Amino acid sequence: MPAPEIVAVLTSRFSAASFALGVEVPAASLLAALRALRDVHGYRYYVLGSGAETESSFEVAHAVRNIESNDTLFVKVRVPKDAPEIDSIAFVYAGAEWQEREIWDLFGVSFRAHPDPRRILMPDDYPGHPLRKSFAMDTPWGYRPATPGNPEAGS
Amino acid sequence: MSGGPIEVVERDFGELALNMGPQHPSTHGVLRLVLHLSGETVIKAIPVIGYLHRGVEKLSEHLAYDQLAPVYERDDYLAPTANSNAYVLAVERLGAIDVPRRAKWLRAFVSEWQRVASHLVWLGTLGLDLGGALGGGTTLYMYCFREREKILDFLEELTGTRYHTNFNLIGGARYDLDKTSAAKSDALAASVEAALPELWAMSGSNPIFQERTRNVGVISKDLAQGVGITGPTLRASGIAYDVRKAAPYDAYGELNFDIVTRTAGDAEARFQVRMDELAVSLKLVKQIVAGLPSGPIFTRKPLKNPKATKLPKGEIYAAVESPRGELGFHIVSDGTAKPYRLKINAPSFKNLQIVPHILPGGLVADVVAILGSLDPVLGDVDR
Amino acid sequence: MSALLTGWTGAVVFSVAVLAVAMTCVAYMTWLERKIAARMQNRIGPYEVGFPHGWLQPIADVTKLLIKEDITPRAADSLLFNLGPILVVVPALVGFAFIPVGRGLAIVDHAYSFLFFTAFASLTLLGVFAAGWSSNNKYALLSALRMVAMAASYEVPMILSLLIPALLSGSFQLTAVVEAQRGLWFIAYPVVGQVAFGVFLLCALAEGNKSPLDILDAESELVAAYNVEYSRIKFALFYAGEYAHTLAICSLAATVFLGGYLGPAFLPGVVWLMLKCVILFVLILWIRWSLMRMRIDQAIRINWMFLLPAALANLLIAASWVVRK
Repeated sequence: MPAPEIVAVLTSRFSAASFALGVEVPAASLLAALRALRDVHGYRYYVLGSGAETESSFEVAHAVRNIESNDTLFVKVRVPKDAPEIDSIAFVYAGAEWQEREIWDLFGVSFRAHPDPRRILMPDDYPGHPLRKSFAMDTPWGYRPATPGNPEAGS
Repeated sequence: MSGGPIEVVERDFGELALNMGPQHPSTHGVLRLVLHLSGETVIKAIPVIGYLHRGVEKLSEHLAYDQLAPVYERDDYLAPTANSNAYVLAVERLGAIDVPRRAKWLRAFVSEWQRVASHLVWLGTLGLDLGGALGGGTTLYMYCFREREKILDFLEELTGTRYHTNFNLIGGARYDLDKTSAAKSDALAASVEAALPELWAMSGSNPIFQERTRNVGVISKDLAQGVGITGPTLRASGIAYDVRKAAPYDAYGELNFDIVTRTAGDAEARFQVRMDELAVSLKLVKQIVAGLPSGPIFTRKPLKNPKATKLPKGEIYAAVESPRGELGFHIVSDGTAKPYRLKINAPSFKNLQIVPHILPGGLVADVVAILGSLDPVLGDVDR
Repeated sequence: MSALLTGWTGAVVFSVAVLAVAMTCVAYMTWLERKIAARMQNRIGPYEVGFPHGWLQPIADVTKLLIKEDITPRAADSLLFNLGPILVVVPALVGFAFIPVGRGLAIVDHAYSFLFFTAFASLTLLGVFAAGWSSNNKYALLSALRMVAMAASYEVPMILSLLIPALLSGSFQLTAVVEAQRGLWFIAYPVVGQVAFGVFLLCALAEGNKSPLDILDAESELVAAYNVEYSRIKFALFYAGEYAHTLAICSLAATVFLGGYLGPAFLPGVVWLMLKCVILFVLILWIRWSLMRMRIDQAIRINWMFLLPAALANLLIAASWVVRK
């Protein structure tokens, strides 16, 4: 459970709302909040970056940790489904680079100013974002990316 | 943002782009490394993953909580129980389900034995990487696997399978430890401990090995924290963070052990941390057997319908210390019997991210040493 | 017996005999290596073929390699590609022509046979480089580059250490070198002999691509390196060539350091020579299957910073001792 002092600081500075694992900040103040966490409050360790989809929006959560005080804080933002775009924090925490690539790959949320915006787990020319609720589990497995020797294969 | 395959472009004359492809004896699984070399020196290294992606997180949204525990054992396939341990921990915390004390101790018992087995695999394959399949490395590999076979035979006696033991249930453990197995465990721990000096002599005290791993792939403290590496890799860079101590779970709050750290941050430090962890784990299994509390191992009411376990709405994050690092599960529940969203915080995924930062500047031979010292498991990376 | 082996027919018979024995030894050295390596690793080794000790394993291996498909990459330079294995095997086998198997009994008993042997042994470098370059494969090229750097460097202390027996016996003729060891084997000469033998052994490890100096075909990094594109008989030739080269170097070491065919009379000289060869081969095996591989820059640094000065100093000490004698 995140430390209440930090939650209080973030709530006041960035108009964040708290939830069970941390705070939710408005999308515009994500970068500023994480920079403050890293530089001022000592949350220098990057734990994970996770995406989720609700009915009306995508959620991107970054978890950071203060090793000295042993506190893990989740910072969540919501992005609208019709414009799924958020700032990339890859230059604040180096570990976010691959996690954000994974969120792009599996959910389709794009990250502004990401240093290496490519898919990471799925093939490079895969159509669709598999972890979206709209992506059926039984999407035909017969998809094969088209190759130079077999241009008909892509479906 | 665009998709698109990476183009391997050799920019200058004299720069060679080498593909250590998914099929390679020493990439620890299906990892593809695109190396840009100038002679023997690595200028740029781009890891390409995803060859073992099995869509476990998507699958999790379609299976019930009780059905899911064995699925995750296939992620980090060298320490399977750690995965399911983290999962049941998260579910139990979110659902406020009680676990009997004996089950907690047994979970720690199997986890520690699998930590020993996993570190033996790591050491053997490190020998293969550094020594080659036609040389001294194979000898180290055979010796490590000889010890590991004994451990797997013991686990087979205990649980019925050598590997994916399917040990953890939501609310307890599946198999119990009786007196003969406990005695066998003690004997086995003694025999593995007796073999450790031989393994040290073949690796750590060997000057050739020391030359290959000293000052190779140095990870500084800042880089370690920013990238978020975990486990022995993190502890070798001087940051003493071990989930077993920082957020104790199972029996670890009651057990007596030390965290192993080193400050050098190079491949040799990571090697030493893991070797010392081997010794610590062997002591822990003896401690656990000696102090095992009596009682039941599963106290939930018998489940008529496996899809009946419903978790309250909410979010939870719980982590264990797998042999690779902090393995965590972030579960978002919407009140039904299936997870709404389940995210696995895979330690090898995070550890592998450091590769583009530490490979440049080294030689091709160092690439193999560094990958071996990071100990990635591709099942964990790709899920 | 020397009378029988005069003339052209004698030379042909002798050559065929030596070649036959050498190739059989090469084949069964592979068997010996696998058995010893297996025992060192807590396993059994070849077992089924030629039950119960796997005697027929080398024959099975050669048969298997002969019935495979011969693939040449389209973009490979076919002349060099085909020349590579030949350049590796032939110089190793030619080396056997210079080794004396009895008193004054060598296929080629030349006044400079010692130098000829080392010259031929160096030709294998060309074969490996031709193979690595012509395969049109980056892994093979990297391996060829490493080979040129390493093998060429390690030849310098090797030849310097081989000069010690030449110095101590006063001749470059291998038969004379062996005869000069009738009193005392050169390895037993205090300091000078042992240092020369040690340096030579390390360089033999490098030339024969054995761990800890098998950087050339670092299997776990370069995936079989220079012969990655080879199949069927050419691969078999590379494989046999590597063992033939090692065996030739071992027989040279046995000849100039361990007294060659000299030994108590209850066994013929040839058998003594082969026995010493095998002992040296097992020693190299022992080192190979115990130690890890060095990095290329470390290996080259050891060569220039340690082996070369040691060999030079050794040579100076031996020369001054011989002059003073």
